[in-house]
Amino acid sequence: MCGTALLAPAHAASATASPVAEAAPLAAAVPVAQQFTLSNGMTLIVRPDRRAPTVAHMLWVRVGSLDEVSGTSGVAHVLEHMLFKGTPSLAPGEFSRRMAALGARENAFTSRDATAYHQQLPSNQLEAVMRLEADRFANNQWADDEFVREMAVVKEERRQRTEESPRARMFEAFSAMSFQAHPYRRPIIGWMSDLDAMTPQDVRDFYRRWYMPSNAAVVIAGDVEVLQVKALAEKIYGQIPARAAPVRKPQEEPEQTGPRRMEYRAAADQALVVLGYKAPSWSGGDAPADQDALALTVLSAVLDGYSGARLERALVQGAPGQRIADSAGASYGLMGRGPQLFSLTAVPAAGVTPAAAEAALKAELQRVAREGIGPAELKRVITQWTAGEVYQLDSVFNQARELGSYWINGMDIHTGDWLMQRLRTVTPAQVQSVAQRYFSDEQLTTAVLVPDPSKRPTVASDRPRPALGRN
Amino acid sequence: MNPSLKSLAASVLLLTFASTAQAVIPIQHWTHASGARVYLVPSPSIPMLDVQINVDGGSRRDPVARAGLASVTGSMLLAEVAPQPGQPALDENQLGEAWADLGAQFGASASGDRFSVSLRTLTEPDLLRGAVALAARQLAAPAWPERIWQRDRERTIAALVEAENRPATHAARAFGAAVYGNHPYGFDTTPATLNAISVADMRDFYRRHMAACRAQVSLVGAINRAQADRIVDQLMTAIAPNGCTALSPVAQVTPLTAALERRIPFDAAQAQVQIGQPGFVRSDPNFFPLIVGNHILGGGGFTSRLTNEVREKRGLSYSVYSFFAPGLHAGAFQIGLTTRPDQADKAIGVAREVLQRFVREGPTETELRAAKDNLVNGFALRIDSNRKLLDNVANIAWNGLPLDYLDHWTEQVQRVSQADIQRAVSRVLQPERMVTVVVGAKP
Repeated sequence: MCGTALLAPAHAASATASPVAEAAPLAAAVPVAQQFTLSNGMTLIVRPDRRAPTVAHMLWVRVGSLDEVSGTSGVAHVLEHMLFKGTPSLAPGEFSRRMAALGARENAFTSRDATAYHQQLPSNQLEAVMRLEADRFANNQWADDEFVREMAVVKEERRQRTEESPRARMFEAFSAMSFQAHPYRRPIIGWMSDLDAMTPQDVRDFYRRWYMPSNAAVVIAGDVEVLQVKALAEKIYGQIPARAAPVRKPQEEPEQTGPRRMEYRAAADQALVVLGYKAPSWSGGDAPADQDALALTVLSAVLDGYSGARLERALVQGAPGQRIADSAGASYGLMGRGPQLFSLTAVPAAGVTPAAAEAALKAELQRVAREGIGPAELKRVITQWTAGEVYQLDSVFNQARELGSYWINGMDIHTGDWLMQRLRTVTPAQVQSVAQRYFSDEQLTTAVLVPDPSKRPTVASDRPRPALGRN
Repeated sequence: MNPSLKSLAASVLLLTFASTAQAVIPIQHWTHASGARVYLVPSPSIPMLDVQINVDGGSRRDPVARAGLASVTGSMLLAEVAPQPGQPALDENQLGEAWADLGAQFGASASGDRFSVSLRTLTEPDLLRGAVALAARQLAAPAWPERIWQRDRERTIAALVEAENRPATHAARAFGAAVYGNHPYGFDTTPATLNAISVADMRDFYRRHMAACRAQVSLVGAINRAQADRIVDQLMTAIAPNGCTALSPVAQVTPLTAALERRIPFDAAQAQVQIGQPGFVRSDPNFFPLIVGNHILGGGGFTSRLTNEVREKRGLSYSVYSFFAPGLHAGAFQIGLTTRPDQADKAIGVAREVLQRFVREGPTETELRAAKDNLVNGFALRIDSNRKLLDNVANIAWNGLPLDYLDHWTEQVQRVSQADIQRAVSRVLQPERMVTVVVGAKP
């Protein structure tokens, strides 16, 4: 554990292309989750799993970088850091010291859609952990000099995660071009100049605006009994005064009407190509766009869901001298509070132009559009997801995380099962159909990381730079 | 604590935390006819099984001119299967499809000490049978295809060259070279060493090291002992033709005799700082004082001394830590941090001051109590999933620890005193003879 924030990659904040459901075919043996609303409007979700005497406890707030406005980008994440800095009854650092004494492992993360605080703990310490978490959720308070030091830490975090990585910087620029009106255009960690200009009041205002019981959910998975946890939660979290959450502005992304393209030049040897197509978001319903979202999930998996899947076969394998890419991938967001992208990426092999890699990625989409997919491919990705559901049961933390993200998206606790049921109904014809309809250049944003020798750092290396070439 | 919540522990559990004489983790152990040592923890709640095979074949067995051999042997073991009597060859795509169709995962990798093969599968009978059979075929008849090695070598070299653009690459290389000298723990995988590796080298490396007589097989999942026995038999029979060639001993890491500071100029957004020296071997009787000590110094997350002084009090870094990496040899003790280039010297000063004081004085009574509370109260979190149990069982097997090691783990932690830590830490760590690597600092 080396920090308070675990940022999702800026362009794939939600669950990736492999949906993993929260319950499995052995549903009879697995206790199901239950959801309650506390008297002050806070949500409680409990999923008992009594295999070991431990619990995952998460507090989710439905606020992320999506809810920020220009000039204070990064404030949701800065606030997440400041939640560790005290309350009227808890000095700075004391929260983590008490958690440690209880035997808990704790951290927090901020994504585009949500802020989540989490602990893994021995089950006999649940009440103490709930009290500490409820206190800081309701009563976060710190002096300005704590803020000044923590801002220095957050800027180091931005340097470590983003400034130091050409690819991370490119993805940041890619998001800013893919979305023009929607706040997904801003990086979760915030632009450096916004961090430089952030004030304690910006953070306190954001806290007051968004941290109220009706905008939060407590998710608990592990060795607990549902009704007892419910009573505890009512006693501890239910006492926080109710407040109405502010009205959210839609901030919809206008329809894209033509291809967008950017180069990002950086000190690198390998290029990187990213193709992002606007794609629908799964709402959990049965509208045509929902059907398409399911089919796009399958498409993503037949392209890149297992070793030797279509993209690897077409771009990465191949004889020496004919290989297109050193790596290639596909990902689709499926769901989230904002608009989703279907993305393809490739790192061109030495001597291959980014344009050739781009063409090869598109050719694989066109091949599915033209020829469709085989029933064996479809069955294979369903088999993998089904197995993944079982493996997922091994971690109560993953169970809590899954349930929390469904709640953030406004979906219910049965979403995981429901999603798997729906995915099993997808036909090869539907997959071919989405491949035909969603991948026009009009909906495409292309970004290319271009190696630029003039940006190469001056290094006294231990050894000469080896030439890149084929053996 | 709510008494009704305490009583919850009476439910049917994978693990029994009763205060009786019963073991916390009942590990079944036996020796297979091949000599392989088997460790089983039945865990019936989820219809899945994890298997891990470990042998002495980590990167410490790499020849210096072929550094990276153990690691690429692992990835190429997975590439393709040669034909066997009654069974056709499987090319890379057939193999990828076969594993995906089983919903199972098969992997192989090398760490400093171990060469590891792992299997995760469902236990539905047909799937379990299929997964174990396929794993056995991969172990028995790896094809070592030249064309895939050519391709993977190109890709790996391209990634190595790309990594030269990052300051962390230079820091890790300089640190490894300075701390380990000519010990294999410090060998650097380069384009030249990869170009020196042939598929014949891999085949030899695999045959010599993947020997059933030295293998340890750990299993955690929804199977019983009879099933485990059959699975182990199938997997060990697959590697039986490799025989049991004796391996030569590997020299220990040489201690440092003087302080060394390496400053590498680099135009970077952050300076990379690594401070350290050879640490201790896993069999050191002071293992517990040393790990509890490091927990207090820089291993315990938000509450450690280094985090408190470097991050919380001064805002100098997002990430600052220390760790020991004990193995069959004295793996490194390392302090690491990253900071804005102009702050590097200040951060190094703070880190050194924290280290020197800790080595000189040891922890305070309050710090030791806090560390024990965290480690003891949080013990259940180390074993609350099949995955974590597997890691623990494999650790017990690898290090020859007693089968009831986990039952006494919290007692061992409780027994550690301030004086134990001070004594052990000051014996192992010499701040005046450490390596300091700084990449990308600016005045």
